[in-house]
Amino acid sequence: MAIKERMSGNEAVSYAIRQIDPDVMPAFPITPSTEIPQMVSTYIANGEMDTEFIPVESEHSSMSAAIGAEAAGARSLTATSSAGLALMWEELLLAASNRLPIVLALVNRTLSGPININCDHSDSMGARDTGWIQIYAENNQEAYDNFIQAYPIAEHELVHLPVMICQDGFITSHAVENIELIEDAAVKKFVGTYSPEEFLLNPGRPVSVGPYSVSSYAMEAKKNQEIALENAKAAILETAKKFKKISGREYGLFEEYRTKDADYIMLIMGSAAGTAKQAVDGLRARGKKAGVLKLRVFRPFPADEIAAALKGCKAVAIMDRCESYNGNGGPLGSEVTSALFRNKVMIDTVNYIYGLAGRDFTVEETKAVFGELEDMIVNGKQPVQYKYIGLRK
Amino acid sequence: MSDYTLKTMMNQPERLAPGHRMCAGCGATIAVRAVLRALHKGDRAVIGNATGCLEVSSFMYPYTSWEDSYIHNAFENAGATLSGAETAYRALKKRGRLPEDETFKFITFGGDGGTYDIGFQSLSGAMERGHDIVYVCYDNGAYMNTGIQRSSATPMYADTTTTPVGKKSDGKMQNRKDLTSIIADHYVPYVAQTTFTTDFKDLHMKAEKSIYTEGPAFLNIMTPCPRGWRYETSEIMKICRLAVETCYWPLFEVDHGRWILSYEPKKKLPIEDFLKEQGRFKHLFKKGNEDLIVQFQAEVDRRWEDLLYKCSRETKE
Repeated sequence: MAIKERMSGNEAVSYAIRQIDPDVMPAFPITPSTEIPQMVSTYIANGEMDTEFIPVESEHSSMSAAIGAEAAGARSLTATSSAGLALMWEELLLAASNRLPIVLALVNRTLSGPININCDHSDSMGARDTGWIQIYAENNQEAYDNFIQAYPIAEHELVHLPVMICQDGFITSHAVENIELIEDAAVKKFVGTYSPEEFLLNPGRPVSVGPYSVSSYAMEAKKNQEIALENAKAAILETAKKFKKISGREYGLFEEYRTKDADYIMLIMGSAAGTAKQAVDGLRARGKKAGVLKLRVFRPFPADEIAAALKGCKAVAIMDRCESYNGNGGPLGSEVTSALFRNKVMIDTVNYIYGLAGRDFTVEETKAVFGELEDMIVNGKQPVQYKYIGLRK
Repeated sequence: MSDYTLKTMMNQPERLAPGHRMCAGCGATIAVRAVLRALHKGDRAVIGNATGCLEVSSFMYPYTSWEDSYIHNAFENAGATLSGAETAYRALKKRGRLPEDETFKFITFGGDGGTYDIGFQSLSGAMERGHDIVYVCYDNGAYMNTGIQRSSATPMYADTTTTPVGKKSDGKMQNRKDLTSIIADHYVPYVAQTTFTTDFKDLHMKAEKSIYTEGPAFLNIMTPCPRGWRYETSEIMKICRLAVETCYWPLFEVDHGRWILSYEPKKKLPIEDFLKEQGRFKHLFKKGNEDLIVQFQAEVDRRWEDLLYKCSRETKE
């Protein structure tokens, strides 16, 4: 029986953590993810779960301790945001290369400077090539559902990689919305028990973790890690299929909203997808063929699937909630156009940067983007590639 | 402990296998083997290791020298990594996922770079949180793995590659950090400083105490490095003896807050005896540099007096 509730995104993820009851959670507070370790600590203090919580002295240590715990054979996790993720960057690489299925609840917040506590995706985008699987949520329901699916993906026998479950800081993490929760027993059964093949605390079967590797071996290690990330795609879909059975909710690598016959598609990630969907509904009511492709899985990047999904439209707005300071656009802008080119899908694209450091992104701005796409195709008016939305005049 | 003999100890099975790539005459592996000999028969261990000579030379894929479970994570986080492994042990025990009669001990090794400097915060955090772990610093007084750069454990006037002696330089300009005292000031159950003595009893006794005292323990072991200190590899025991007899490296322990001097030389030797054995201090013996040795001696004396004062209450009892 589904449980109807009202919760913020942080509450929803903490609730999922309580239901999964992992073995070890090291964490260090940082806005806007602080509530997660607070709520977990409260669950522990009240005897509602008995995860071992380690109040570490930094985020570098939270990921280091998670690595130590996971390698020792314990299901581990942590939560962080922004500078916290940046500080643990070195350890993100080690978690992935040691093939440790750690889960990280990321509450997206911009990176300094200037220091700012609000949402954009620069933190997780900065960690996009660390070998982690990255899954993004539009709302609290998805943050909850994604978190429950995280361990089965991470611990999948063909994957063994860490997973980052991302939700938008404040917009999702702090806004209270309706949510449908799954019963404890069903969640526990879905996630299952952790039984690694090799671990430090395996009596009589000692193992060495974290070798020095010379050039004659290291490249194969990296390739094997890449293969695991490719395998993750199937594991994510397989897990989503099983999840549908206990929740009734459907998940894929991305969601296609009114794209079937769409001429113009907005490709977007995170909470702003909700805004985009509302704008599309308005445009459709006026007869405009608009749609939204909401990317859920950014790593592994579903390049071929995206190209196939966009093949039939006339133009795409690629929306980046992150400036990547390469002088050529945002991360999605680079990766989506590369996917289109490699698949010989030669449609027009415009790369927009929006919502940095918590800047609002409105339905009206979304409609204006679709207007520009139409203008480009119908009137041959070439818009500026790689442009900012909502800047002060 | 009363039945300790070096011979019996050396007959125990080694927990660090030979074939690793550490230099001849290196103190680090001597320290590791000596510490691991203090593990009781039947007890298992998870060994941690900060990046450094020891790590890159003992676990080069696909070979490992470690008979016990071993984890190397990165340079600056040996304390936090072992915190995680030790917490996992408690979690798995609590949840019945490990046999009740299995005992694991948690020991991590770091050089002075990974301990005094880049890993200082991680070490301090692990000590303060009270994990049941032993952090062993093998202190060879510089970043030896990257090629003998100064650390905060490097003694004053040492010639290193980032404090080279030259026309306008006498070597490192600062005194070394007293990390043993800093960790003692965390008020953890057990802290000790040692090095290699003829019978290795001091090291063995302190290693055993640190492993079998509940809660965090810190062991600081002076481990000479032939490359960085520039001595004949066969002279390592002599150098350790002179470090102790000159009071450059006093042997002491802080057991549940009580400062205890482990050894007091009958006649404290002049610091020159320790310095002159090492190429890194060669310039101190050039004509005109006499005052540098005077200053070095003054710092050794000051710290020795300070230690005697800290230990005085206990030794008078």
